[in-house]
Amino acid sequence: MTHSMLFDAHLCTGCRGCQVACKQWNDLEANTTKNTGSYQNPPRLSANTWLTMRFKEIEEGDKVKFVFGRYSCMHCEEPACATACPLQALHKTKDGPVLYRADRCFGCRYCMLACPFEVPTFEWSQNEVQGPWIRKCTFCYDRLQNGREPACAQTCVSGALKYGEREELLAYAKERIAKYPDIYQQHVYGEEEAGGTSVLYISHVPFEHLGLPTKLGNKAVSARAQDAMFATPIAAVGLAAGLTGFYWVVKRRREMAQKSGSKDQRG
Amino acid sequence: MARAADGKPISTVERPWLDFNELPFRTTRPPIALVVLLLLTLLAAGIFIVRLATGWGLVTNLNDNYGWGLWKGFNTLVGIALGASGFTTAFAVYVLGGEKYRPFARMAVLVGILGYMSSVFSLLIDLGHPERIVFPIIYWNAESPLFEVAWCVMLYMTVMIFEFTPAVFERFGLKRAETVVHQMVIPLVIGGTVLSTLHQSSLGSLFLNVPDQLDKLWYTPLLPLFFFMSAVYVGPAMVIVVATMASKALSRKLESDLLATLAKALPVLLGIYLFARVAELAGARELGLLFEGTRSSAIYWLEMSIGVIIPMVLLAFKAVRDNTSLRFVASLMVVLGLMLNRVDVSIVSWARPHDAASYIPHPLEFGFTIGLWAGLALVFYVAAKYLPLFPPAHGAASE
Repeated sequence: MTHSMLFDAHLCTGCRGCQVACKQWNDLEANTTKNTGSYQNPPRLSANTWLTMRFKEIEEGDKVKFVFGRYSCMHCEEPACATACPLQALHKTKDGPVLYRADRCFGCRYCMLACPFEVPTFEWSQNEVQGPWIRKCTFCYDRLQNGREPACAQTCVSGALKYGEREELLAYAKERIAKYPDIYQQHVYGEEEAGGTSVLYISHVPFEHLGLPTKLGNKAVSARAQDAMFATPIAAVGLAAGLTGFYWVVKRRREMAQKSGSKDQRG
Repeated sequence: MARAADGKPISTVERPWLDFNELPFRTTRPPIALVVLLLLTLLAAGIFIVRLATGWGLVTNLNDNYGWGLWKGFNTLVGIALGASGFTTAFAVYVLGGEKYRPFARMAVLVGILGYMSSVFSLLIDLGHPERIVFPIIYWNAESPLFEVAWCVMLYMTVMIFEFTPAVFERFGLKRAETVVHQMVIPLVIGGTVLSTLHQSSLGSLFLNVPDQLDKLWYTPLLPLFFFMSAVYVGPAMVIVVATMASKALSRKLESDLLATLAKALPVLLGIYLFARVAELAGARELGLLFEGTRSSAIYWLEMSIGVIIPMVLLAFKAVRDNTSLRFVASLMVVLGLMLNRVDVSIVSWARPHDAASYIPHPLEFGFTIGLWAGLALVFYVAAKYLPLFPPAHGAASE
């Protein structure tokens, strides 16, 4: 069983019930924010906000569409944060969620750079004793283990956010976009993106309007770095052997030069 | 007037306070520059304590959009890159057979140690949990470039300290220990070269994870290669800069001819690097980006002209290489250009959404950086004064 969620942007009413449910279940404090001229509030994820809705107005001719995009951890199939983390503090569980082990983290924040969705956040205002940690959505792993669905999915009134098994949700999503081709973009975001994600999206507007990065490609973003790291031990041994050989050649030539009485030292 | 222990006044001319055999600050007042360096170091220490006590809010402008700022982008990356002069010089002297550069080998290794110290101290203030800095020894993730960097840096620091010990042993007359290290020097240098090659390039691999978030002018799959190449060319430049400054600060005679010969390597190394970077942009069909007049393209031009093109052209002339001041300025440009390059990759080129919080380093982030480097300069000064840092070219059995 791989836990998964499907967000249907067409069905979302922008009520932000999920955002509040997330705060309530995870006991996250409220943030003081400023008016940024948008309904979107807070403007991005933070240590106290693990899920926020993105609000966007799109002009289509003389009509205006108000669209809402769910912004939280995607629980990637091949998470860049977990590849980046030198200590495996962030790791992919077998049943789907990408989880964090604070007892391993030393707070380098490389995960924050590596994540293509800019999800992991940091407790900037904690001192050494309180312990600043990385914070992000846990897929409500505590609820999952007790057979409950995530707080955000449970609270969704319009059916925009569905919880289930990944294959089933994928099949359902494809069936739905096929059934209403006039409404939906003919693509399930997250099926392939960045190697696949556990949170899937279907939408009636292009996905970039939901705030999703659309140029990720279908390979895991960390694939290149992984290749480079795989080559490391080989390079290390090869290089050591090569340099040693090189040193012997240089040394030998110098000795020969000295023997033949020439004072012409190389260098 | 200062007085020696026996009460006789001593003039600074007869017994300059730079004398090796004198104890520090006994015969004269410490020069004002040292006091300034010390105060700056204390400032850095103070900022460190505030950061540990209150978190990041008071002393930095870091935020969730910019998780890495000046301390990682500048101190850590630049410190390690400039520290590369240690491995390039040691390699040139002991493996390539460049015996004549031996007078600079110890100094270059010390610069290496200090450069890496810059990284380590910046990490200590920047990490959420500095007391866990050795965790990569316990928890492994071999897929992470940062894991490899951590291991290589730890190992290479050890190597450099071993490489440097002959200076200490010689100072205290520990002949036996000196001989032991002398026997190990070739394996140490080769091991150090391997480790350096790996982690200098892995620092570039750090940014391979973020293809879409870096400006196309800087992002390339070849970033590890470029990081390595620039670490190599900055080695000789750093030797020239530090040796020239040290000779001024310590009133020491400069091996000007030797530096002029060393400077010959720079136009070649810079030329190869320039060619590789331009070829990469051309290969990716992104040369047009250079002429779009954007902020990125302007910074790119600045970086390449200050750090690569102008010093390459300047140092191609013998008159420039033979002139101590001009050679110093041109080499300094190479060093500054490298600093700019690392900041460009790690901070400037990050594309963030328009509504996102921006990042301009907090004055105290600069304060810590300056104080840290001041402290390292102080350590270099003390080491240069009390240790045989510049052994003679064809000296005795030292090394």
